[in-house]
Order: sequence, then C-alpha cells, then structure tokens
Amino acid sequence: MSKTFELKDDSVVVVIGSGAGGGTLSNELTQRGVNVVCLEAGPRLTLSDIVNDNGTMFGRLSWLDKRIGTGDLNPGLPLWVCKTVGGTTVHWAGASLRFQDHEFRVRTAYGEILGANLLDWPITLQELEPYYARAEDKMGVTGTHGISRLPGNNNFKVMAAGAKRVGYKEVHTGNMAINSEDRDGRPACHQIGFCMSGCAIGAKWSTLYTEIPKAESTGRFEIRPESMVVKINHDDRGRVTGVVYADKTGALHEQKARAVCVAGNSVETPRLLLNSESSKFPNGLANSSGQVGRNYLRHMTGTVYAIMPGRVNFDRGTQMAGIIKDESRHDPSRGFAGGYEMETLPGFGLAGVATNTIPGAWGAEYAKVIEMYDHFAGMWLVGEDLPQASNGVILHATEKDQHGMPIPVVHFKDHPNDIAMRNHAYKAGTAVYQALGASQVFELPPFPNTHNMGTCRQSEKARDGVCNKYGQAHDIPNLFISDGSQFTSGGAENPTLTIVALAIRQAEYLADQLSKKEM
Amino acid sequence: MKAKPSRRGFLRGTGLVAMGFATGGTIICAADYAWALSTTAIDAHTAETLLVVARQLFPHDRLGDQYYASVVDALDKQAASDPAVRKLLTDGVGRLDSARGIVWVQLSNRARDAALKSVENSEFFTTVRTATINNLYANPLVYRFFGFEGSSVEHGGYIHRGFDDIGWLPSS
Repeated sequence: MSKTFELKDDSVVVVIGSGAGGGTLSNELTQRGVNVVCLEAGPRLTLSDIVNDNGTMFGRLSWLDKRIGTGDLNPGLPLWVCKTVGGTTVHWAGASLRFQDHEFRVRTAYGEILGANLLDWPITLQELEPYYARAEDKMGVTGTHGISRLPGNNNFKVMAAGAKRVGYKEVHTGNMAINSEDRDGRPACHQIGFCMSGCAIGAKWSTLYTEIPKAESTGRFEIRPESMVVKINHDDRGRVTGVVYADKTGALHEQKARAVCVAGNSVETPRLLLNSESSKFPNGLANSSGQVGRNYLRHMTGTVYAIMPGRVNFDRGTQMAGIIKDESRHDPSRGFAGGYEMETLPGFGLAGVATNTIPGAWGAEYAKVIEMYDHFAGMWLVGEDLPQASNGVILHATEKDQHGMPIPVVHFKDHPNDIAMRNHAYKAGTAVYQALGASQVFELPPFPNTHNMGTCRQSEKARDGVCNKYGQAHDIPNLFISDGSQFTSGGAENPTLTIVALAIRQAEYLADQLSKKEM
Repeated sequence: MKAKPSRRGFLRGTGLVAMGFATGGTIICAADYAWALSTTAIDAHTAETLLVVARQLFPHDRLGDQYYASVVDALDKQAASDPAVRKLLTDGVGRLDSARGIVWVQLSNRARDAALKSVENSEFFTTVRTATINNLYANPLVYRFFGFEGSSVEHGGYIHRGFDDIGWLPSS
C-alpha cells in the first residue's frame, strides 16, 4: 500500500528523518489525511538483519559519517546514534518517562545560574499530558494504561536490593516501551538482552516496524531510504518550497514540499538549517535568534559497574531493566539544580566491559577484573544537564562529507552543575552496590552521547529560540523542528517519550493548519 | 607453501616454535604443534613478540596461546593491507627490544610491564591493545570462558533460561 510521489508534487509534507520524531510525525500526519514523503539518510533493515552481536550491529546501525567532537566529547565518535530507517529507535533501550512539571520551567524553578542559558519551555506539563498519554498508549509503555511492568532480571534485582538497603523508596522495573504482553501485533519480551543492538523480535517499540508500516498502510506515505537531505530551499517570501537530497548513488534531487519537518537528531537538524543559508537567510534557516546549533544538551551521564559477591550475568534480559527514581527530584540542598535517574545497564559483551570499565587499562590486575565478568552489576546515571550557549554544532570551515556538505563539529563542555551532579550520582550508585558487599566499584565516564537535545529550542519569544511550542520555526511558518532539537531543556528523563508526545501534538497542529489552508 | 625456512627453533622464553620464510611471512606453532599461526606481512620475531605482548596486556591463565595468536593474525591482516601498520608494528617491537638492550620477550615479567608502560601513549600500543580487546574478548570461545553467553535470540532469550535466577541476594 506504499505510494510514490512525484518530485515536483508540492502538495506533500516532507519529513526528514524516520526516528522517534520523524517516524511518529509521518504516521500521525498520514492518519490525518496528509500526504507525506519521508527522507531517511540510512538504509531500511528488517528484523532478520538484527543479530545478537554488539560489534556487528554497531557497524550496521550507527551513524558513522565523520563528525568531530571537541571539549569533553569523544573526538572521533561524539554521538552514538543511528543512520537507518527507524533512526535511533532501533538502538534505544526503551525507557519512557514523562518530564516532571518543574522541568518545563527551569528558569523559574532554578533561578539564574551562572554560565547557563536557562529558559522556560513555552509549553507546560499540563498541556503535554494528554499527548504523553497517547504516546504511552501508542508505544505500549509498561506501568501505564493498565499494562503490567516487565519482570526484573538479575541486574535489576541487585540494584533493587541495594537500593532498599540504602533507603530508596521508588524502585521498580520502569516505564518501558517493551511489550510485557503481546500487544499491537508485536510479541512480549523474551528477555534476550542486546536491546541496544536492535530488538530481534520487535518486542521493543521502534518506528521501523510500527509507525512506518502503519503510515504506509494509509496509502499516503512514501519513505525513501538512503536519501540524505543537504539543503532546504525557500522562495522570495521566505517560505520553504522543497529540499535537495542525495540518493544512494550520490545523485541530487529536489523534492518539492508544502511544509518541511526536520527530525535528523540534534546534530543533523541544525547542520541542515545552517547549511541552507541563503542571501535572505545568511546565518542559516530559522536562525534570526542566532540560537540554531546552540544549547546542545546530552544529559549528565555516567556508569557504575560493581563486582558483586555472587554471579549476576548482567547481560541476561532487558538492558534497562529497572530504575531508582528517588534522586530525580529538584533539591538544591544536594549542591546542584535538577535531578537524575539511576537505570540498570549491563556491559556490551566481554569486549565492551574490557574497553569501558577502566578506559585504557591493561595488565594482570585488570585482567583479574575482567575475569569477574559474570559477577558484574551495572547501572547508568542520567540526569539533567544545563543549556549553555557555547555548547553546540557548527559547520567545519573546510572539511566536507561525501555529498559536499560541511562536516559537523560538535562541542560540549560540562557545566559545573553537571559535574556536581555526576559526582553525587557516582557516590549514590556506588553506595547501592557497596550496601551488598561489592568487592570493587568502577565509575565510568560518559559514553558517546545517545541523548541529544536542544540545538533548535522552543521559546515563547522569537529572540530566545528557534521554534514555538508546536516546533514551528519562528521565522518560517511552514518549517518545523520535529525531534529532540526542539527541547528547551533536557529534564532528567530519557528523551524519547517526550519527542513522541511532541510529534503527536505537532501532527495535530500541522494537519489542522493545512486543512485551514494556513500554509 | 614451498619456501625455505630461514630461521627455525624454539623461541626462548615463550615455548613457541617459529619458522620464518624468506618471503617475509612466518609460521608460529605451539611446542606440541597443537595449533599454528601463519602470517604473511609480519616477520617471525614481530609476530612472536606481539603474541607475548597480547598476553602481557591481558594475561589469563585459563587461556591457551592460540587465543592470543588470533590477535596476531588480525594485526597481520591489517599490516598486509596497510604498509604503515606493518611499519608501526615492526618499529614498535624494535622500540620494546631496545628498552633494556635485551629482546623484550626475554625480559622478566616486571621488566616487560615497565617497557610496555613506557610506550603506553604510543600509536603502536593503542593499536595492539585495541586489537587485543577486539579479537581476544570478542571470540566466542573466549567470552564463554568468562561467563558472557553471546547470542541468545536463537535460544528464545533468557525468559525461561535464568534471566532472574540470582540466588545469593539477602532477603532484607
């Protein structure tokens, strides 16, 4: 039932990217009668392409086109995101948490913090709640809508037992977009592990096998894989008119459009806007505020591994198998603004543990650590980082990619608040495992960034950000930001549920505008 | 292969047998011929040294030399396709050998560590360390020794195979 549209057909909405933002938006628009062409840079895989091998799937899924990381980032691989149909929803772990009320009004709640570019969102939790509910229902989030939670695996049981001894109260197996029972044509979780290499049975929600085929079944949707958008075109009035993209042979085409929605993740989205500069928009599209590419957020993260007194086999079962929520509140008495979540995370196989437990380590003592692999327990710490104007994405002055597009340079340095939070979180995680007699505990630095937000942020006033509370660009009414780039702040929670909720809301708004001939 | 061995014999201190060929490659065997490694780009001394370096970096008594030999095999393949890697490896081994004026493989355990420590920030060291992790620990025959069980989807995951079988946790 999938359809093809003509390049010159300017009645379509073009969606760039097919992940949590673009994939969801595409389906929601087509369900409302809108014709959509989705351009996805990566290839289209099927479930049979997903194997339980971390290295193979890293190569098969990841966005490996050159990016340069500066500041605190991994210089060669600043981000760990995907270039494939379904985007990073193929890789994500499935944690689906709502933001808290205060996280939508951080400037008000936290006050002025030196060096932070804090701003309240133009939307409140109350306004977003109905869309969160629809997102949870769509994704089959456990612990919502009467959907039972997943059973806890060994790694969760260790974390929960330690949490109890430390005195934490809010500990459970999370709100996960992983089926705990057969639902929506997808099976219940088999506790396979390897969630972040792609779920081989489709128990984890991914747009690859939910939103995208549903959009196709409307007969109003075309997805073009291996289509890398390099430029967005506009007319003399400053309305976008289409996009230029390279197909898999590198040949360039222009797809005309009635409206363009950008959902390329928080590096590619601003990169595309900046690369679409013109005489009318010399600083890039939608950038009269100068905020495109700024305020890049990646979450405060860190990992704690511990060698426990008994066998754990922490790679068995769902990778993000449970959560401690007690530290997610805003409580400045801890020495920082905002909060963090503690979520189980195993290693990525024996090679992953050897690489990451103590980066750069070797020798007889470290070999003994690796030999304790089956006694490892692990958790990931993820919390709110503060927006800073100097953290962001710029175009490289000279170096270009295979399509002639300047490669992105991504810069991030921790704010002192991020460092204070990470140090607190390391201590808290360590205490959980020491409460059970862990013989050794390791505090791992951040991995390449999986949560990427903020580079085209929403704002009430056009001078403070790139788009309004519907993700609509302040400067260009038929241009939308449809991914985590539109976040005004990062919250403590994994971002996907909020991206999906915003995409549902944006689709409703955009379809309404189109039906009223507003664009 | 028909080539004249240019060097043959027990490599002192390693318990391995090496045969070098005038063509540049080499064969390294266990003393009991239980396994053999042939290289095409790197010479016998470099290959033998890299094998011992791999074990020195991540020494596991439970693992036989054949698992470390797979690291040398991978490095040899890199060297075969990139002359710069071949030079990096050969020069790196040369640097280790010159650390104490005695070939590195014949140094004491402590002196080997010290010599490796002195080149820890070199590209040679990073290349060998990364290759060791990626070839030693990603080998299913190795990781099963350590309790990583590898692919599970074909066994139906762990839902009926012990995902929650932990038995030692305290009840309070």
